[in-house]
Amino acid sequence: MIEIASLAKTFTLHNQGGAVIEVMRDAALSVAPGECVGLTGASGAGKSTLMRMVWGNYIAASGSIRVGDLDVARALPREIIALRRRTLGYVSQFLRVVPRVPTVDVVAEPLLTLGMADDEAHARARALLARLNLPERLWSLSPTTFSGGEQQRVNIARGFIHPWPALLLDEPTASLDTMNREVVLRLIEEAKKGGAAVLGIFHDEAARARVCDRLVDVAAFAPRNP
Amino acid sequence: MTPLLSVQGVTKRYGRHVGCLDISFDLWPGEVMGIVGESGSGKSTLLNCLAGNMVPDAGEVIFDTRADGPLDTVAMSEPARRMLSRTDWAFVHQNARDGLRLGVSAGGNVGERLMAVGARHYGQIRAAAGDWLARVEIDPTRIDDRPSTFSGGMQQRLQIARNLVTGPRLVFMDEPTGGLDVSVQARLLDLLRGLVRRMGLSAVIVTHDLAVVRLLADRLMVMKDGRVVESGLTDQVLDDPQHRYTQLLVSSVLQV
Repeated sequence: MIEIASLAKTFTLHNQGGAVIEVMRDAALSVAPGECVGLTGASGAGKSTLMRMVWGNYIAASGSIRVGDLDVARALPREIIALRRRTLGYVSQFLRVVPRVPTVDVVAEPLLTLGMADDEAHARARALLARLNLPERLWSLSPTTFSGGEQQRVNIARGFIHPWPALLLDEPTASLDTMNREVVLRLIEEAKKGGAAVLGIFHDEAARARVCDRLVDVAAFAPRNP
Repeated sequence: MTPLLSVQGVTKRYGRHVGCLDISFDLWPGEVMGIVGESGSGKSTLLNCLAGNMVPDAGEVIFDTRADGPLDTVAMSEPARRMLSRTDWAFVHQNARDGLRLGVSAGGNVGERLMAVGARHYGQIRAAAGDWLARVEIDPTRIDDRPSTFSGGMQQRLQIARNLVTGPRLVFMDEPTGGLDVSVQARLLDLLRGLVRRMGLSAVIVTHDLAVVRLLADRLMVMKDGRVVESGLTDQVLDDPQHRYTQLLVSSVLQV
């Protein structure tokens, strides 16, 4: 479902003397439907950079990133927009929302974008928020003022509200207590059972051991310069 | 699928000064395109050329019309273009007072647009106006009040109602949240997002606010000195800017 080959990434910093920083070379990995692959490597090794290239907000210098039948490295913006609507989900570490929009609307939005009726989308959003133990009194409030753990659960709810066939998870269990961590791990297991290809970053080693079928160390993709 | 709007080589000069130079892009149904750049970068000139408010010196602006398919709106007759601007396009001005008639009631402002496209039944027009006031979160009991008695945020929402009541397919917006309090901006952004999604609208939004485009636009064009220096998916342009100017623009935003 996700096939990465010969992928390279450089950053050119025009306003810092035009410095060219090569951060990744010859990256390759694949994730099959129903499988979870964990990215490992020290902080700064390029785990998030690789995830962002798959999501399409970082441009690949060369190589290919196939998600389903689309090569994200070469796709047009509107093809990536369509991919994110139907096929590719992403739970990032940051919650970016329009201020003052109620949590339940934030979570239901991906379904509304796919054309689901308001009632059903909101019912599903409420069910998932309840499962993630987010107190009901918070559902009608904007998540911008929530604690880190609460925001994280809103992000997770948004990321699991639709059964995306490919799913990117960036530290999904960070800042969660034991009970909610368990809920998230079950959601990941259910997504896998449903056939999703999951690519994730987990600093939580026990979580990684439980949901990941394989690990890929991104240190292997570091450019080796003299 | 056909692009809703296909812009090819649009150029506008003011004497020796360049307004916008050789701009080309396609906008697809349901897409929101943001245009950012500093004052004088040509983004408003471009928007006005696209919306038929200004005639470009060169280039084509091809709109996929309901009746006759793709037509160049630059080469079109003035009455035909005016008809399109009533039925298929909407233009939301930065200053709501430029897009409203201040001497006419709120309901009249909305109803007038319906009458311009042939609506005649008073009861139906008034009902549609009331419905739209509610949709943009203006208390329908204010239907007979003049917009001059409204706050800035309410005027902007009334302008949006007036523009969208005729069911346009393409909305041009010039700094729609400029000049509004931050708290009012957020509400307007949410409203616009909901309307775009429910009505399947396409939109071109000119702004200098990168936070606004991140939340509202699918795609982004960055303009400088009348040219497009970079374009792409909004989060790609903002998170991994490729051009020197975009890198400067993104790194200059104050973090809150």
